[in-house]
This record gives sequence, structure tokens and C-alpha cells, in this order.
Amino acid sequence: MAKTDAIIGWKTLAQGCHILEPGNSAQFRTGDWRSQRPVLDKEKCIKCGMCWIFCPDMAYSQDDDGYFIADMEYCKGCGICVHECPKDAITLVPEEG
Amino acid sequence: MANRIGVEVSIAIANAVKLANVDLVAAYPITPQTHIVEHLSELVANGELDAEYVPVESEHAAMSCCCGSSAAGARTFTSSSSQGLSLMSEILYPAAAMRFPIVMVVANRAMSAPISIWNDHQDIMVQRDVGWIQTFAENGQEAVDLTLHAFRVAEDRRVTLPMMVNIDGFTLSHVIEPMEMMSQEEADAYLPPFKPRYRLDPRKPVTMGPVGMPEVYTEAKVAHSEAIKKSKKVILQGWKEFADMFGRHYNLVETYRSEGAEVLLVTMGSISETAMTAIDKMRDEGQSVGLVRIRLWRPFPGPEFRKVAGKAKVLAVVDRCLPPGALCGPVGAELRSLFYKIPGSPKIFSFVAGLGGRDVRVEHFEEMVDKARAFAKRRPKELYDVIGVREK
Repeated sequence: MAKTDAIIGWKTLAQGCHILEPGNSAQFRTGDWRSQRPVLDKEKCIKCGMCWIFCPDMAYSQDDDGYFIADMEYCKGCGICVHECPKDAITLVPEEG
Repeated sequence: MANRIGVEVSIAIANAVKLANVDLVAAYPITPQTHIVEHLSELVANGELDAEYVPVESEHAAMSCCCGSSAAGARTFTSSSSQGLSLMSEILYPAAAMRFPIVMVVANRAMSAPISIWNDHQDIMVQRDVGWIQTFAENGQEAVDLTLHAFRVAEDRRVTLPMMVNIDGFTLSHVIEPMEMMSQEEADAYLPPFKPRYRLDPRKPVTMGPVGMPEVYTEAKVAHSEAIKKSKKVILQGWKEFADMFGRHYNLVETYRSEGAEVLLVTMGSISETAMTAIDKMRDEGQSVGLVRIRLWRPFPGPEFRKVAGKAKVLAVVDRCLPPGALCGPVGAELRSLFYKIPGSPKIFSFVAGLGGRDVRVEHFEEMVDKARAFAKRRPKELYDVIGVREK
């Protein structure tokens, strides 16, 4: 996305609305319109990393104990991890409020 | 300077594109543009032009291919007409908004239906607002000169916008005219190599064509609009240096015997030559008439037009396009808004003529001048009048 968090004027916009900084979407909260979130049941999780592999937004990363946890700044709640989890350890829970 | 040699205008344009040393041509043949791209295809096949020639499956693909090529930093050319130009339309917008300096020659032709392969300006007027710089040539020499000029302006880093050179289909495209062609050395001296500010390069990645949320879309449109407005300076500079090198002078608007004229004809493209003959005839009869020809259509040269035409009493504007349901043709509407509420400004009437290849002759220009004078005395019901239309 072209920069939207920073309010910039037409004179400072890059030519052609190009994005000149590779991977700059990391700077934006791309998950803030999520309607449901994945919740992990650590009892069932075998730390296989399938959620991490399949996540289209690279929202998952491994914590110190080896569990894969989605970063809610970037998770869009698509549910692919829920679908791919071989142990049904992840469930989608509606976002409230 | 080289001798004048008789060449078909389309072939001469293709040769000018060769002199510009393009890297890629992507085109789909359509009458009356065909000879331009056929000849370019031959030049590439014969090894005379070291370029990629991409025989695409449609005009939509042609313009898409041109965008990719230009984004990669290649000098890019295409050409089209009428229905083909309309099929490109979707991609003409991003080509301009993403600032790809593609050059296109449009051999102007009517829009269907009924099917007409002949000349008018409906095809380009449909694309008026795509954000390309647009010029109109009067004759073959000008078509060649404007083509070379277009590369220089489009690729200038102060501009970086695509540019269309409009030539009247058949009237120009298929006519053999004596022309001066520049040498390769002269063309190279006029046209520096294409060095884009940004291009697709894996070593230095950029994103072109991202989503623009409501917070940024307006700013992107204003940036584009300001860029095309500012291009006028570079366009003029390009013509000035062209005159210095080749001795042929071009301006944003041209005048012919317009000094002190009460009535001014306003034209674009090749019919201007007939209009000049008509002006000579009317001037000989003692009428106070002159001609103003618009060469640069987008960005519209408002102050320059006002300067040359603002003192006339009446403008008889030729619109080679009849937009159904509009108040008048696009050139008439443009000039009406230019002069709106300016004290002492001329009265403006639009005359629709030369649709679908119908000849516009000297007597038609005389008719326009007469009618415009009469309309100035007694306001007509409509803001436009169709010249030479049969009713029954």
C-alpha cells in the first residue's frame, strides 16, 4: 500500500505513487481490520510449524518455548492456519468490541 | 540539412521512431495506423533497428506490454487508431499515472458505428482525460518532427509522462509528402539516451502501481495533474532546441493572418491547411478573418491561446467530433470555459465538421465564418452547428 499512516502532501509523494522502500508493509498495521483471530491450544500443539509455513502474511513467529504465535498487528484472521493445523490446535474466535 | 524527399507519412514516422533508437515496439495493426507498425516490424526483421518488436494479441496487450517495457527502462513506442485506441483505454490511465514515458502516434479515425475507417477526432476525444500529453500535427513533416520531439519531452525527468502525437488518418498517414529527414547523428544530438529516475531493477526494488487508499489517492491525482501542467515549459524548450538544430519552428498554438481579425477560425490537425486557403480567399475579399491552430491539446495552453485569440470578436471553432448529448464539441467547450466571464472576450461557436472522413472544403470554412458572425448577432438555440448535414 502507498503510505497511508503518514499524512503526506502531493509534493512529497513519490513519482507515480511508487513505493521506493522494499518491504515497507512491515511498517503498517495490516491486520487491524480482522474480524476473527486464531487462538492456539498449547495442549494440542506439536510445534510442527505448519501455521508458520502457510501463513500468507508471515504473521507467525516462534516464541522462546518453541510455539508458533501469530502477531495480531499483521494477522488478518483468514483462518488458513486453522485449516492447515494437523492437530486442530487452532480455533478462530470472533473479535469483539 | 538533408534534401526533401517524397515519403509516405507513415513510413517517415516509422523512420523517425528508428532514428529515436527505440528499444521496444508493441503494436496491433489497425487501419489507418497499419503502415507505421508494419514498417517498424520490417526494420526490426531486417536488422536495421535493434529493438524488440512484440506482435501482441490486442491493443490492450500492446499498451500493457509498453508499460512493462517502459517500467524496465526501455525506450518504448506504439501506435493505434479508433477502436484499437479505445481497447487500450484501460491501460492508458495507469501508463500516465505511473509515469511511463511511452510515445504513441495515433492515426485519428472515427468511432463505430457505423463502421468508418476514415478520419475525424472522435477516437482521441474519448481519451482526452487519460493524462497523456497530446499534440496534433498539421502535415507530414510536422508528424515526423513531433514524434522525435515526443520522446525528448516524455523522457525528460522534469516530465516523465507518456505522449501522444495525433495525425489525421489517411489525410496524413497515407499521403506522400516531400520531407526532410534528420541524420542519425542529428537525431542523437537532439535526443539524449533514456535514463529514467526509477525503473524495475531487482538490485534496487521498488513497487509500481500500489493500492492508493482514500488518504493518498487525491494527492496522487493532483501530483499527476501538476506534472502535466508543468510539462509545457519542457515542451517549449524541446521545440526551441528543435528550431535551433533543424530550422523548423513550433509553438503551442499557431496563428495565420490573425492579427486584428474580428473572426478567428480555430482548428486542430490537417484541415488547418485548407482553412488557411479559406482565410486567404476571405482576406482577399476584404473580410477580417484569421486562423488559430491548437498544436498542444493536453495540457491545454490556456494563457497562450488567450493571448493570440482574446481580442477577436468571434471564434468559429471546428470540432471534429459530435459527443451525443453534450452542449457542444470538446474544443468548443474548452474554449468556452477558458473565456468564461472574461470581460470583452470573444463569442464562441462550435462547428461540427469532417466526421468519418467527410471533406471539409474552403466553402465550409466560409460557411462557418458567416454563421459565426450571424450567431454573434442573434444567439442560436444550440451551442454548436453541424456543417453540411442533410436533413431529408
